Amino acid sequence: MIGLSHYLIVSAILFSIGLMGVLRRRNLLMLFFATEVMLNAVNIAFAAISHFYHDLTGQMFAFFIIAIAASEVAVGLGILIVLFKKHGSLDLDDLASMRG
Amino acid sequence: MENLVYIALFAPLVSSLFAALFGMSPKKQFVGVVASVLLGISLVASLMLASYVYTTGNTIHVTMMDWISAGDLHIPFGFVVDQVSVTMMSVVTLVSTVVHIYSNGYMDHDKSFNRFFSYLSAFVFSMMVLVMSDNFAGLFIGWEGVGVCSWLLIGFWYHKEDVSREENPSISPSWAANEAFIMNRIADLGMLVGLFILYWNVGSLQYDEVFAALPHLSGSILNAAAIFLFIGAMGKSAQFPLHTWLTDAMEGPTPVSALIHAATMVTAGVFLVIRANPLFSMTPDVSYFIAALGTFVAFFAASMALVNRDLKRIIAFSTLSQLGYMFAAAGLGAYWIALFHLAAHAFFKALLFLGAGNVMHAMHDELDIFKMGGLKKTMKWTYIYMGLASLALAGIPFFAGYFSKDAIIETAWNEGTLVLWLILVVTAGMTAFYSFRQVFLTFEGDERYKQYGIHPHEMYKYVLIAMSPLAILAVIAGFFKEPFEHFVTALLPEYHMSEHTHHIAWLLGIVVLVFAVGGIALAFKKYYKGLKRDEALESSWYYKLLANQYYIPDFYEEFISKPYAMISEKMWNSVDMRIVDATVDGIAKFLYETGDGSRKMQTGNLSNYLNWMAVGAVLLLVVAAVSAAVIG
Amino acid sequence: MYEMIAFYLFSALTIVLFLITVMSKNVLYAMTSLASGMVLISGFFFILGADFLGVVQLIVYVGAVMALYSFAMMFFDATRDIKEKNTPASLIFLLGGLSALVLVLMFAAPIHSEAIQALYPIHDGAGNAQDVGIVLFTKYLVPFEVAAVMLLVAMIAGIILAGKKMDQSLTKDTSVDAEDEILIQKDAK
Repeated sequence: MIGLSHYLIVSAILFSIGLMGVLRRRNLLMLFFATEVMLNAVNIAFAAISHFYHDLTGQMFAFFIIAIAASEVAVGLGILIVLFKKHGSLDLDDLASMRG
Repeated sequence: MENLVYIALFAPLVSSLFAALFGMSPKKQFVGVVASVLLGISLVASLMLASYVYTTGNTIHVTMMDWISAGDLHIPFGFVVDQVSVTMMSVVTLVSTVVHIYSNGYMDHDKSFNRFFSYLSAFVFSMMVLVMSDNFAGLFIGWEGVGVCSWLLIGFWYHKEDVSREENPSISPSWAANEAFIMNRIADLGMLVGLFILYWNVGSLQYDEVFAALPHLSGSILNAAAIFLFIGAMGKSAQFPLHTWLTDAMEGPTPVSALIHAATMVTAGVFLVIRANPLFSMTPDVSYFIAALGTFVAFFAASMALVNRDLKRIIAFSTLSQLGYMFAAAGLGAYWIALFHLAAHAFFKALLFLGAGNVMHAMHDELDIFKMGGLKKTMKWTYIYMGLASLALAGIPFFAGYFSKDAIIETAWNEGTLVLWLILVVTAGMTAFYSFRQVFLTFEGDERYKQYGIHPHEMYKYVLIAMSPLAILAVIAGFFKEPFEHFVTALLPEYHMSEHTHHIAWLLGIVVLVFAVGGIALAFKKYYKGLKRDEALESSWYYKLLANQYYIPDFYEEFISKPYAMISEKMWNSVDMRIVDATVDGIAKFLYETGDGSRKMQTGNLSNYLNWMAVGAVLLLVVAAVSAAVIG
Repeated sequence: MYEMIAFYLFSALTIVLFLITVMSKNVLYAMTSLASGMVLISGFFFILGADFLGVVQLIVYVGAVMALYSFAMMFFDATRDIKEKNTPASLIFLLGGLSALVLVLMFAAPIHSEAIQALYPIHDGAGNAQDVGIVLFTKYLVPFEVAAVMLLVAMIAGIILAGKKMDQSLTKDTSVDAEDEILIQKDAK
């Protein structure tokens, strides 16, 4: 039988995959993909908890996360386009303007 | 009436703030005038309050605002105008007003004219807070306030260089100011402890609540509170062994000596004992100690005054001696007599100091009476004033001092403390001798100042006129003894001589008078015709002992100051530099090096930052997991 | 039984697809696998009885977000392989693996659930969308409205950021002429 732990573990694995993506990638677009992966992983955990505890709060949070993800993509892609116009590249190694 | 209280209290503050506005600018005559007028207003308000309290017998109690309210501690800014405080207020404002007017003339050529008035008025304000407060906390604030102003004013000429003790016994104004301040701090610690004991056991610092609770306290607590409060009084009133600062405080301008170190601040200790009379009445041992110490100081200070050559120091020693008298009276339970002597003394001692200031002004700051003489020709009025003040001080009949001092000596007889009585009588003779030694050496005899090329001149007219109220009071204050007794014993415990003492009062008076006149006669014989130096006497060991103030300042220097400086140096070198400083430096160095090292993280590459963030997040996760495993 | 099969199937597929997203050098592959992964995640939601959430996931993520990404990709010349200097693998696997390990350990541990009780319980009779609607428009009304405003703001921001100077080619090498062009435009204004 599939229990809450199963879902949570899948969620954790997906989250870690997203984390690895964030760590590994240098291209901003790909970083965005990795963050989407992480957000989705969290959503699974929320939906699972909501299901197993018969409480809608988890789903509510998932909705808001989706809303935030959508706005993030809208603004983020706008910024990416501006950045690309300015530098002609989306590679983080080329954007090291905050060197201390 | 409430408005009068606030006017009396705050007029000096306004004056001080007004003068402070011009503190940095060159002399402005109107500053002195405004300050004097404001002080005059305060004086008028105080006198109106005095007449109100005198005629109606009511006391006025005002609470301006809450000051401290924390937990059980509740201290309001309250002021009480009763028989005792209104007496003090009148004396303080009267002397201060005269001194303010006097200072207009005395500080005429000083470049810090405005600053002087600011300090002087601030002092009066603090003194008013001290005497008017209705609780010990307010009294303590005023107590510290007058201490600070005294420090500022003693060190008024702070730019003078330090010189050796042989050249000038008080080294320099700043040195003297610091000495006075530090001595007072030592005593204030005692006072604070006394206040803590009272608060701890009573739970309040309001006078009426504390005094009402006293009968419920045990004897040892009362003794401890009385002893510690008296330690505070000893510092402020310069009683042995904390007396050395008072003579050194003469480094300040003379009006300051007259106001602070003769008439008002130094009597704060006596005022405290009088104010806390319910406490001291219940601790006879402590009171007896106070009386004995007062008597000792009276004699001890008078003995040092006998041989001193410094005009102001002689008067300072005499102040010490008279404070001793006051403490003797207060210790013997005759609080109203102590207060009476306090008031009378304030008048003639301020007059004496102001006269000395005139002489100083005339002699271009020369203070050695051996270099004066014959000044009566040029300074007739000053001579008259100082003569009157000295007569009052010596206790010649019908002058103020006669009534007050004789009452104290009579009290000593009445209490059966014959040793104290004898010492006080002898001291009265010594007082007469040194006062007239000083007067004759200054004003009579050969004109020794001529060989020093000094051309003395009399003080300004308005200054002399301003001094006249003090002179009049020094002469007539004694006649108000009966009404005064009636007035203040409404609040203070009554004190009556026994039937027996009453009968022989005339005899006791004559004994004292014989000593006083004897002292004057001796001074007249030795010094009236001029100064004849007696080499044999001056080189004798007892003369040297007295001239060097019993070597007490040297003793303090050798056995307290120097070891303390040595210990401080050691602590500085070993503890402060090696441990405290090293720790602080170590922390700073550590932070600096960590910063230097971690600066390499700041590559400017977002990806690296993300990696670091992930490291942090994972670390937090691990911590959370471990703590959950351990706790849960 | 079906649930179990579905779960394991979806899990395996999602993990593989997301790994492709993270590892692939080609943007197109990465995006495609991301989109498919999201479809499968909506499958999870359906298994869990969160029908409405699943539908939203499909519409918003697979529909809107992925469409946005694909349009954005067109600006960035998606056919090229991405050349990037990736972070050393050892660090990634250490951190990713460690976080995965810790999270799995934490989630695998039994949950002490006595204290947990449903604040907004799911009713058996009513459909999921109905329950969600009631809770969303009562308890979560204010956050809902705020989220709506946020989306509006994000939309405007996206339009303004991306919409400026859309007439210029982004993929062309713009080092010289673009600068001139901008200057010319400024002069023209």
